[in-house]
Amino acid sequence: MRAAVARFWALAAVPIISIVLALLLGSVLIIASSLVTDKSLNLLLPIVAYENLLQGATGLSFLDVVGRTVTINFSIDPDQAARALTSTMAATSPLVLSGLAVGIGFKAGLFNIGGTGQVLVGGFMAALAGAAVAQQPAPVAVAIAILAGALGGALYGFIPGALKAFTGAHEVVSTIMLNSLAAFAIVGLVNDIFKITGPSFARTADVGNAAMPILFGRNGNLGILITLVLVVLTWVLIYRTPLGFEIRTVGANPSAARYAGMSPRRLIILVMSLCGMFAGLAGAFEILSLGYYPAIFGTGIGFAGITVALLGRAHPVGILLAALLLGAMRAGAPAMQITAKIPIEIIDVIQGLILLFLAAESVIRHLLRSRTERVTPGEIGTVSRTYGETTV
Amino acid sequence: MDAVFGIPVLGFVLQFLAYLIDAIFTTNLPAQTLQLATPIALGALCGVMNERSGIVNIGIEGMMLTSAFVGFMAAVVVSDAMPGAESGIFGFTPALAVGLLAAIGAGMLVSLLHAWLSITVRADQIISGTVINIIALGLTGYLNRLIKPSGSAGTLDQLNPPAQLLDLPVVGWIVRMFLTSGPITTSVIFLVIILQVMLFRSRWGLRTRAVGEHPRAADTVGIDVVRVRYRNVVIGGIFAGLAGAWLTLEFNASFQNGMTANRGFIALAAVIFGRWTPIGAFGGALLFMVWEALGIAIRSNPPPGDLGVFLSGIQASYPSIYNNFFGSLPYLLTLIVLAGVVGRSIPPAAIGRPYVKEGAS
Repeated sequence: MRAAVARFWALAAVPIISIVLALLLGSVLIIASSLVTDKSLNLLLPIVAYENLLQGATGLSFLDVVGRTVTINFSIDPDQAARALTSTMAATSPLVLSGLAVGIGFKAGLFNIGGTGQVLVGGFMAALAGAAVAQQPAPVAVAIAILAGALGGALYGFIPGALKAFTGAHEVVSTIMLNSLAAFAIVGLVNDIFKITGPSFARTADVGNAAMPILFGRNGNLGILITLVLVVLTWVLIYRTPLGFEIRTVGANPSAARYAGMSPRRLIILVMSLCGMFAGLAGAFEILSLGYYPAIFGTGIGFAGITVALLGRAHPVGILLAALLLGAMRAGAPAMQITAKIPIEIIDVIQGLILLFLAAESVIRHLLRSRTERVTPGEIGTVSRTYGETTV
Repeated sequence: MDAVFGIPVLGFVLQFLAYLIDAIFTTNLPAQTLQLATPIALGALCGVMNERSGIVNIGIEGMMLTSAFVGFMAAVVVSDAMPGAESGIFGFTPALAVGLLAAIGAGMLVSLLHAWLSITVRADQIISGTVINIIALGLTGYLNRLIKPSGSAGTLDQLNPPAQLLDLPVVGWIVRMFLTSGPITTSVIFLVIILQVMLFRSRWGLRTRAVGEHPRAADTVGIDVVRVRYRNVVIGGIFAGLAGAWLTLEFNASFQNGMTANRGFIALAAVIFGRWTPIGAFGGALLFMVWEALGIAIRSNPPPGDLGVFLSGIQASYPSIYNNFFGSLPYLLTLIVLAGVVGRSIPPAAIGRPYVKEGAS
C-alpha cells in the first residue's frame, strides 16, 4: 500500500502542485479583479469564486455569502448535486476525446494542434449526416451521425499527416493553418448552402432522431459511455498491441524505429488520422447534443485538449483525470460568473497557468527535492527535435 | 484585346493578369499588401532571431496578442489622462507613443519568459511556446472582458510624401508601396535589411549562427551560448511587440479577443519559406498576404469584363463563401507553400535542443 502511494505521488506530484499553484496565482488575479468588480480590494473574492465553481460543478456548497460576510456552512442539495455532476460528466467527455487527440500524437512524437479544426469538421459532418438521416430509427441515425463525425475528423487529421509524411511540412504549422481553413470554409457553407429558413441565426437543419440520446439525468448522454470505452480501447492499443509498440518506438526514437523496419511515414499518417478521429468525435458529440450546427460555433475544446494531454502525461487514464478537472471547471464556471461576477475566461487563464507550471516542472521537482518522475512525456522532445526537419 | 479575353479559361487568366497589372500601377494594392504583410514580416523577424540561435518559438502568436492588448490599454489610459494632445509626425500623440513602447516592452517581457523556460529551465521549447499562446489568449480575453475598455486612442497616421514623388513614372508605385503607410509598416523594410546585413556580416550575426548550428563548437571558442540565446530571444520580442502594436495602434483602433487570428503561425511559415533569412521571410510574408489584399481590391472594385461578371455572379449567389474564400487565401497559400517548398529548406542544426555545458548536468 505504501509503495502504491509512493508510486502515485511520484507520478502525480508535479501535476497536483501545478494545479495548486495555478489556483493560487489565479486567486491573486481574482483579488486584483475585485478592484474592477467591487470597486475595492476584496480578499475573500477568490474563495467565493472557487466555492461557486465547486458548487456549479458538484452541487457541494461550504459557504454562505451575504454581502461581504462569509460564514462556513456545509450544505448539499441532492437534486442540484445530481444535475451538477451530470453536467460535469457531459462537459468532460469531449475534453477526454480532444485530450486523446493530442496525447496519442505525443506518443508518436507528433504535436497535433489541429484539434480545433478537426472538432469543427467532425461536428459539421455529424450535423449534415444527422440531418440526412433525421427520420430514420434513432439507433441507426445516431450511429450514422457519430460515424460521419469520426470520419470527418479522421480525414481532417489525415491531411497534415500525409503532408508531413510526404513533403515534410511540420504539423505544428500545417494543423494551425487547417484550423483557420476549416473555420472559413464551414462558415461559408452553412451561410450559403446548408442554412435553413426559420431560426433568427444561420444554422443547419435539425438532426432529429440523430440527436444524442440521454441515458440519465438532464444531460447524461451516450457520449459519456462511448468516451469511457474509448479510453480503455486506447490504453489497450497503445500498451498492448504491436501497433502501439510501433507508435511508442517511433515517438521515442524515430531512427531506431526505422532501423527496426518500421515505416515512420505510415505511422505518422495513421496516428494523425487517429488523432483527428478522436477530435472529430468530440465535435460530433457536441453538435449532436446541440441538435444542429450553428454558423458561428466557437469551441475551446480542441485547444483545451493540449492542456488535458500534457496534464494527463499523455496517458489515457491521466487524460481522463485531467479532463475531469477541466470539465468540472467548465461546468461550474457559469455559476461563478453569475454570482461572483468573475468573467468565465478565468478558467482559460487557470488552464494556461497549470501548463506554465508543468512546463517549469524541473523547477518544481528541484523544490520538492524528491524523486518524482518527469511529467512531460519524453516523446514530446521528438516534436521539438524534428521541428523544421524535412526527412521522415 | 476582346478577342483574346474571350478565349475560354485562358481568357479569364489574361483578364486577371491585366487587372493585376493595372492594380499594381494605379491602385493602392502594393501599399495594402505591405500593410497586411507587416505583422507577418515582424513576427517572422522574431522567429528568425530565435531560430537562428537554436530556439524554436511557436509562441509568437501569444507575444503579438499580449503586446496588442498591453499597447492598446496603455494608449487608452494615457489618452484619457491627457485628452486633446497634439499629434506630431505619423500622427504620434503621447498616448500612441506610450502605447507603442508598452507593446514593445510587453513583447520583450513575454519573450523573457520563453527564454527562461527554454534556456534556463530547459523545458521543451514547443511546449513553452504553446503555454505562452494559451496564457496570452486566456489572460487578454479575461482582462478585456473584465475591464471592457471603451475609449480609443486613435491610430497612427500614414506618411504623406510630396505628390511629385508618388506620380513618378515607372517607380511611382514603389514609392507609394513603401512610403504611404503608418510608421510601423514603413519601418519594416528597413528592419528587414538591417537584420539581414547584421545576421550575415556582423560579429553578432556570426555568433548567433554558430550558436544555432553547433553550440558546443561555439562554446569551445569562448562564446557564451546561454547569453547569446537569451539576448536573441528577448530582442526578438521587440519585433513581436511591434507586430502587436500594428494590430491595435496602426491598423485598428481597438482590441478584440484572439485578434491575431493565427498571424503568428503564418509568420513561422514565412520563416521556413524564407529559409531562415530576414529577406526571404519578408518575401514570404508579401507572397502570403498579397492574396488577401487582392481579395479586398476585387471585392471593392471588381475587374471589368467577363471575369467581373463571373465573380459578381458567384458573389450574388454565394456571398458568404465568396467572402470567406478570400479571407482564407493567406492560410491556404501558407499551407501549399509549406508543403511544396519545405522539401528544400534546412533549419539551423541545433534548433529545439537545449544546450547543456559539458561536465555540467
